[in-house]
Amino acid sequence: MDVQEYIASGILELYVAGILSDKENLEIANYAKEYPEIQKEIEAIEASILELSKKASPGLNYSFSSIMGKINKEVNVIALNERRSPVMMYVGWAASILLAVGLFWMYQQNQELKLDLEVVEQQNTTLEQQIADTDSSLEKTKELLNTIRDQNISVIPLGGQEISPSSFAKAYWNKENQKVFIDAKGLPEPPDGFVYQVWSLKLSPLTPTSMGLLEDFSSDENKVFALNNPNESEAFGITLEPAGGSETPTLEQLYTLGVVSAS
Amino acid sequence: MQLELLVQQFQKKDASAFEKLHSMYADNICGVINTIVKNDGIAQEICQDVFIKIWNNAENYNSSKGRFFTWILNIARNAAIDEIRSRSYKNDKKNLSADYFVSILENKEETNSSIDTTGLKKMVKNLKEKCVQIIELLYFRGYTQKDAAEELDIPIGTVKTRNRSCISQLRENMERI
Repeated sequence: MDVQEYIASGILELYVAGILSDKENLEIANYAKEYPEIQKEIEAIEASILELSKKASPGLNYSFSSIMGKINKEVNVIALNERRSPVMMYVGWAASILLAVGLFWMYQQNQELKLDLEVVEQQNTTLEQQIADTDSSLEKTKELLNTIRDQNISVIPLGGQEISPSSFAKAYWNKENQKVFIDAKGLPEPPDGFVYQVWSLKLSPLTPTSMGLLEDFSSDENKVFALNNPNESEAFGITLEPAGGSETPTLEQLYTLGVVSAS
Repeated sequence: MQLELLVQQFQKKDASAFEKLHSMYADNICGVINTIVKNDGIAQEICQDVFIKIWNNAENYNSSKGRFFTWILNIARNAAIDEIRSRSYKNDKKNLSADYFVSILENKEETNSSIDTTGLKKMVKNLKEKCVQIIELLYFRGYTQKDAAEELDIPIGTVKTRNRSCISQLRENMERI
C-alpha cells in the first residue's frame, strides 16, 4: 500500500469527522496500528480540529465535580429503583413460599383431623355398644332381682364341704314355676375339662337327681344360673364332674350342700 | 498509549480517568457546541449534559470504530443540533445552514463573550469561505459527503479533496500561532 497516496486521498480527515462507514473505520484503525505515519497524520488532523473547536469555546463555567454530582444523583435514583424491585421480588417469593408451606400444613392438619374424627367415631360406636350392653345387663340384673324377690321363692344356702370348705352357693327355688336359680359366685373356677353339676336330693333314702350343669361358668359374669327343677327336693348339692356331666354325683367332689328347710 | 489506557479505565467507570478526559476535551466539546448554538450560556449547559451522556454511554464506545474524540464530537453535535431544533430555537432561527461558525466572531465583538476571538481569527485567517463551510458541515454538523456535496453544490468526489486542502491550511495556521 502507498501510505502517502492513502494519506493524500483525504479519507483520514473524514475518519476524524466520523462520517465514514463502520467498515472504513475498522480498516483505517487497522492501518493506523500498522503504519505509524497514518497514526501520526490522524493525530495531526484531530489536533487541528481540537484547536479550532477550542478557540470557539466560551470556557467552562462549571466544575467537573458538578458533573459527577449530577451523575451520582442519577445513579442513586436508578440504584434506588433497582434496589426496590429485587426486594419486592424477594418479598413476593417469600410470600408464595410461606403460602405454599401454609397450605401444605393446613392439608396435613386436615388429614390428621379426619383421622382423629374416624378414631373418635369408632370409639363412639364402641361406647354406644358398651352402653347397650350395660343396658341389657342392667335389664337382666333387674329381672334377676325381681325373680329373687318373688314371695314364692325359697332361699337355700349351700355350705362348703370337705373338699373346699370356703366354697358356698345359694339356691333360689320357685316351686310354683319349678325353677331354681343357682348363685355360684362363691365357687372356685372349675379346672379345664371339668364342670359343676347341680343335684336335687331326696334324703331318705339318699336319691340324687341331676338338675343340670353350670355351663360356661367362667364366662358368665353374674354366676347365676337358671335350672328347671320339677322335683320334690329336700336338699341341693353341687359336685365337680368331668365335662358333659355324670349319671350319678361323685361325692368326693361335693363342693357345696344345703338342705331345704321345712316350711 | 496513554489515551487508550485512559479510555479503557473510563469505560470501566473510573471517575478519575473520566476527570482527565474531561479536562482534555471539555473546552473542545463546549467549543463545538458553541459553533452550533452560538450562545455561551446554552453551550456551557449542553456541554455538561454531553459529559453526563458520555459517562452513561461509556460502554458504547469501541476503538475499532474511530477515535475517542470523534465519538464524543458526534455526541456533542447531536446534542447541540437537538437543542437548536427544539421549540425554544425554532422561532428566532433564521437560516441555520447559511450561518457558519465564523459568524460568532462578528457577534462576539459586540457582546461580552469569553471566547478567544483573537485566537479564532488567527485560526481561520486566510481560510476561504468554502473551507469554513466544508469544515462546518463535516465536523460541526456531521454531514455525510453526499449531503455536504448537495449543500455546497459540488461533485461528491470533490468533498474529500477540498476538505483535505482546507484542513491542511488549518494545520498551517495552527503552527503559526
